[in-house]
Amino acid sequence: MELLQQVVQQLINGISLGSIYALIALGYTMIYGIIKLINFAHGDIYMVGAYIGFFAITQGGFSVVGALLISLVTTGLLGMLIERIAYKPLRRAPRISVLITAIGVSFFIEYTSMYFVSPTPRTFPQMFGDVAVSFAGIVINGQQMLILGITAVLMVLLTYIVQKTKTGKAMRAASFDTETAELMGINSDRIISITFGIGSALAAVAGVLVGIYYNSIDPLMGIMPGLKAFVAAVLGGIGILPGAVVGGLILGVVEALVSGFFSSTFRDAAAFAILILVLLVRPSGLFGKNTKEKV
Amino acid sequence: MAAAKKSGPMLAIDNIDVFYGAIHALKGVSLTVNEGEIVTLIGANGAGKSTTLRTISGLLAPKTGSVKFLGKDIAGMKAHKVVAEGISQVPEGRRIFAEMTVMENLDLGAFIRKDKEGIEKDRKMVFDRFPRLLERKDQLAGTLSGGEQQMLAMGRALMSRPKLLLLDEPSMGLAPLLIREIFEIIEDINRTGTTVLLVEQNANMALSIANRAYVLETGRITLTGDAKELAASDEVRKAYLGG
Repeated sequence: MELLQQVVQQLINGISLGSIYALIALGYTMIYGIIKLINFAHGDIYMVGAYIGFFAITQGGFSVVGALLISLVTTGLLGMLIERIAYKPLRRAPRISVLITAIGVSFFIEYTSMYFVSPTPRTFPQMFGDVAVSFAGIVINGQQMLILGITAVLMVLLTYIVQKTKTGKAMRAASFDTETAELMGINSDRIISITFGIGSALAAVAGVLVGIYYNSIDPLMGIMPGLKAFVAAVLGGIGILPGAVVGGLILGVVEALVSGFFSSTFRDAAAFAILILVLLVRPSGLFGKNTKEKV
Repeated sequence: MAAAKKSGPMLAIDNIDVFYGAIHALKGVSLTVNEGEIVTLIGANGAGKSTTLRTISGLLAPKTGSVKFLGKDIAGMKAHKVVAEGISQVPEGRRIFAEMTVMENLDLGAFIRKDKEGIEKDRKMVFDRFPRLLERKDQLAGTLSGGEQQMLAMGRALMSRPKLLLLDEPSMGLAPLLIREIFEIIEDINRTGTTVLLVEQNANMALSIANRAYVLETGRITLTGDAKELAASDEVRKAYLGG
């Protein structure tokens, strides 16, 4: 009985953490889908999102929702700006050049942030600390409810945008075949920019939520979750949106179970063992089809 | 402006040079298409037929020369803007959006339009012309047969209500009976007021429905004239019509 309780408790912890990975992984996978770039700066975007949320709450006196909205919009715009400056000029360059640029952008964001906000970790104000629901010995605290609720809303919203709106259709068309999308009158540069905006906004929300969950943020906080979200995206099948969500949740649950039942020391090892396993057994990921050559 | 539209050809390509990296794909190509015509561009594989179409639709930019459509220079204009000028291309190999439904593919064809009623009307027109697409409207486009995919690609291109339709190898990979059907549809599209520029390897079929033809050889126009006359000429018969 106690074991079952523990398992369920770790599942809840894992799904909360996994939701964060899912939000970051969505951006990775959307950007990969449309320009075939593993945007290694994506984790740093998430960090910037966390800081914007932090300052909105501590300096601006905004509520959590207000801070989330400010961070979402500002970081989304920042993502679009980065794409415009760093990646757009490389549209016809070899993929490796763009990848190296992404790594450069990553360092640039990390160390520019350090200059402005100092490398010292900041403490997020305590929020929802006293809110908690407990049921049969299992506890869901306020932060977890916030994470699950916000993530669920964003998933529904994103699904609606991608499946139903004209822009969403254009996004799917452009990620399937950019050139033919252009022949339909779709401005692919604009669609790529919007994709960076949405992806960055999702990462920003993840950043603020993590700040609230773990209380501590620092300029290098994006590196590990960035890599983990990359693993999540690959696990689900890179370029596939539901894959990123499922991949993120699986990763979060595995990590929680490993730290709950073995030792948190092995948490990161477990995540990367998953990556190695996926690459060995099913390189196209859980949801990925074997890529067919287009005729 | 209106006078300019009436006089002169609908599309006038003048002396264009196009490069793919270091490869000189088109060398001083000139051609015209008049309103209401079917013009065909025939030639062997690699002669530059697709390159010509891709230059018109804006996927490629010519290094020199001009491409004028209804009097406006569109050389080097981005592809998504060329569509708005009234040119729609059915790309080689159909290039339908395989992971989207037939309906979504058609909607994407109408991407630049905002007149909901007109779009609805044209969708009906496409379904009248290709009844098989109506039967399969909620199916993923990738599950269609080759002929149906070609019809979808053509229907999709018509959804932007083009003045000029560019067709790149519509017969590719299709059974003879289906090719005949596709060509009848092309003639019908033309009769209802759409000008057609057709690129084909199947020179026989192309010449049988076209008003005029151009023969392209390694990036140069080598012959031009009335389609019926070209079909009868020894030179063309030997090179492209198998005797």
